[in-house]
Amino acid sequence: MFMFEKAVQGSRRYWIWVGSLLVVISVAFLFYLYQLQNGLGVTGMSRDVSWGLYIAQFTFFVGVAASAVMVVLPYYLHNYKAFSKITILGEFLAVSSVTMCMLFIFVDMGQPMRVMNIILHPTPNSMMFWDMISLSGYLFLNAVISLIMLSSERKGVAPPHWIKPVIILSIPWAVSIHTVTAFLYNGLPGRSFWLTAILAPRFLASAFAAGPALLILLAMIMRKLTWFDAGKEAIQKLALIVTYAMIINVFFILMEVFTALYSNIPEDAAHLKFLFVGLEGNTELVPWMWASVLMAALSLVLLIVPRYRRNEKLLAFTCVIVFLSLWIDKGIGLIIAGFVPSPLEAVTSYIPTLTEISIVAGIWAIGMLMITVFYKITLSVRENLMA
Amino acid sequence: MSISRRKFLGVAGAASALAIAGKTSIDALASGSSTKAGGGAAAATRWAIVIDSSKCLKKEGCKDCILACDKAHNIPRFDDPKHEVKWIWKEPYEDAFPEQQNPYDDANLKGEPFILLCNHCDKPPCVRVCPTQATWKREDGIVMMDWHRCIGCRYCMAACPYGSRSFNWFDPRPHIKDLNPDFPTRTKGVVEKCDLCEELLAQGKPPACVAACPEKAMVFGNLDDPESEVRELLRKHYTIRRKPELGTHPEIYYIV
Repeated sequence: MFMFEKAVQGSRRYWIWVGSLLVVISVAFLFYLYQLQNGLGVTGMSRDVSWGLYIAQFTFFVGVAASAVMVVLPYYLHNYKAFSKITILGEFLAVSSVTMCMLFIFVDMGQPMRVMNIILHPTPNSMMFWDMISLSGYLFLNAVISLIMLSSERKGVAPPHWIKPVIILSIPWAVSIHTVTAFLYNGLPGRSFWLTAILAPRFLASAFAAGPALLILLAMIMRKLTWFDAGKEAIQKLALIVTYAMIINVFFILMEVFTALYSNIPEDAAHLKFLFVGLEGNTELVPWMWASVLMAALSLVLLIVPRYRRNEKLLAFTCVIVFLSLWIDKGIGLIIAGFVPSPLEAVTSYIPTLTEISIVAGIWAIGMLMITVFYKITLSVRENLMA
Repeated sequence: MSISRRKFLGVAGAASALAIAGKTSIDALASGSSTKAGGGAAAATRWAIVIDSSKCLKKEGCKDCILACDKAHNIPRFDDPKHEVKWIWKEPYEDAFPEQQNPYDDANLKGEPFILLCNHCDKPPCVRVCPTQATWKREDGIVMMDWHRCIGCRYCMAACPYGSRSFNWFDPRPHIKDLNPDFPTRTKGVVEKCDLCEELLAQGKPPACVAACPEKAMVFGNLDDPESEVRELLRKHYTIRRKPELGTHPEIYYIV
């Protein structure tokens, strides 16, 4: 297949890494078979908390996927040359993240064999139908764009003209995937935690902070392990994007907190109370949420002060805490708190099981494997060009 | 290209014959579905239940309606409340009607169990969100479920503001105490809910919960018939519904 021969030649270290990922994936697959055999009751989910880690991780990675637009847009619309080397890395990150999203949805289904029913009985009034269209469209766009761009680069020719409108289309499409994902939640009448018009903007802001933060870390890892250097300018520009997005994200969250707490409408405030102080003695998310808040606050200091942001060692740490803070906020808190308390005011505990966590780890490993292989191919192509 | 007058008339005639045939079959289908819904005196049918809470509370600890439903629909019994499947159940007043809280009505309704079931909403959010049309609203208002089409995404459970939907977290069959061979069992991984006993309505019988109530606290009937007992009760009594402010138009009414 297309340039895949490059992925099967590598150093010992490369194979150890790929091998360990494959081990994690295999273990997860066994746990998935166990879940398939016994039912979703083997997870921590319940009648009241009917979505858990799978859907929360799905939501978070839709954001990572959408964030590719933060390198695509400056490069293709503003001709920002410093991103020329990393644009394709952003697109490959999008391809890997969307694949993870689809897997998270798939493992969450009670009857996965019936997945084609979504296509056999298309239902435009369901947001899930539109989410399927926007996610698969985005996957297709980014797969086509990255493959065409990389093969042109390999042949040393200019990319075909028709690819430009496809790239331009991928920009609003990136916004659409996270907007429609927010619509999944904020169109539900009984779930006041999600019933907020700012959910989609908030999703985009947190995505544009978490995604580029991850891209900075990937660029730094590649600089350490390979000959490839994304360049100081590109990394600093990404850091600036993370800075603005993180400020906007924290601002949006504070809007939510003010509206819920000052209005003092019990059902609006209850979800935030559950997250930050606990409800009816249930405090299982409280340490996580405060960790998220502290990391967000610290990251803002480290991002906003130019001296700290320009210090690359410190920037790596900052990107880690930005990513972790947003992962907790969106990859755990946002979904669980939507169900607690329930519309009947029940506070139900949700603790993911080993099965659930292993399956999540397996999907993460699939994402990492895809990133590894894609980046390996990209670097091999560029290596050949330099030789 | 030309077309002869004779040929044109032939085509036109065939087309209108087809149109008439189509219309007749649609009519036949429509009348078929209305007989299935139980017919009734009124031109249209809109099923509803009125629950008189004072009658319901008379017999303490009574679970007759719940047991009748469990039996009629092969509801599995799971000990862990997290995996419970329930079509009709009891909930304290303040949880059933959280917006009605009054700290001083201790003597009255606080803590009193209320009977809850699917509200068979006129504007059901669960139907709106289902990606496969595995749940839909019938002409007579019953919100139905197709357990063979459901993919188990549980979007409807997130959308339902009444907690009326249950998911089969495990295979329910080993957990059915007393199998009713006249009603299907479900498989793991699908959502289920109250079907207002459409299978009994088709035979002209009232829902199992209504029939089982020893105090006749539940009255079932057609809202579209101004002479029906439910309309009579709604005229005579002040009734409340669960979360009407959400625009779902629930069709289970409570006399408090």
